Amino acid sequence: MTTGITLYTLAAVVGLTAISVVTRAFFMLPRRPLPIPAWLREALRYAPLAALVAVVAPDVLLRDGALLATWRDAALWATVAGAAWYVWRRTILGTIVCGTAVLLTLRLVLHFQ
Amino acid sequence: MTGMSTPHPIWRDPAFVQGARDMAQPALGIGAWGLVTGVAMVKAGFSLPLAVLVSLTVFAGSAQLATTPLIAAGAPLWVIWATATCVNLRFVIFSAGWRPYFEHLPLGRRLGIGYLAGDLNYVLFTRRYPSPRPEPGQQAYFWGGAVTNWVAWQAFSLAGIALAAQIPTAWGLGFAGTLALLGLAGSLLVDRATWVAGGVAALAAVAAFALPFRLNIVVAIAAAVAVGVVLDHWGRTPKAPT
Repeated sequence: MTTGITLYTLAAVVGLTAISVVTRAFFMLPRRPLPIPAWLREALRYAPLAALVAVVAPDVLLRDGALLATWRDAALWATVAGAAWYVWRRTILGTIVCGTAVLLTLRLVLHFQ
Repeated sequence: MTGMSTPHPIWRDPAFVQGARDMAQPALGIGAWGLVTGVAMVKAGFSLPLAVLVSLTVFAGSAQLATTPLIAAGAPLWVIWATATCVNLRFVIFSAGWRPYFEHLPLGRRLGIGYLAGDLNYVLFTRRYPSPRPEPGQQAYFWGGAVTNWVAWQAFSLAGIALAAQIPTAWGLGFAGTLALLGLAGSLLVDRATWVAGGVAALAAVAAFALPFRLNIVVAIAAAVAVGVVLDHWGRTPKAPT
């Protein structure tokens, strides 16, 4: 199913663009400096990581809303390979290349799901 | 003092050239990230015009990757925006770092700088100007890197959008976007507290997956922040050896 330009997607895009500008300029915006409350500083430490993990984990562990039922899953092993690369080399580019190589090999050659 | 008082155009400034040169090599890595983002949008079902529009306006790889499946699933706008805001929170922290260099500029200029200030721009700029005070050439250096970064990102992102249609969906290449987020998440796992918070976020996101509107993401963020803050207050957590 194709997602085209509709009122809904346009609103999403306008909001996302505003979020790009406002988050990146945030503390440059006020004329006078903003004091950052301590609780917010602590929350800032964990929220970005949580948001990323919350998108990744279901992509890896769930298929159609249920936990993986088979080990013959290409995305699972692609994630393991990508994570191993990241631990070894600490590069995001390598994580993508290594994980995608494993994904395509398993899916196209070994016919994993 | 502003570095803008020079008579020649800013792109002739040696600092602009230096900024562009410093960005040229890392821009290849940025390009790969852009390619993945472009492919992921089309593979999620975005039409060509929508994918191009998002690339040219939103200009935020991790936020785009995180929100693309949400937009494709028709999630409520506030969930989409909340997710993007959370993914972008690191930029809020960087913006506090940008402030001493650029706070004297007019609002429009500060907004423009903010819009183009990616992760690498911050890393390269603070390496070139370690002391947080305005100096001549800083704006030229920033724009040199920012323009290079923007061109590389857009060229690769648009290439990804164009090429995605040639790649069979069965290959599952959209997963490359998930792998990119995985690497980015890895870069944020710096001590025991962040590992625990990340684990909690993963469990919560999977356990709450049945919630409508991708609210599992909000649940995961709330749970991870709560656990992280509690860990911080439970005495100093020993740093994991790295």
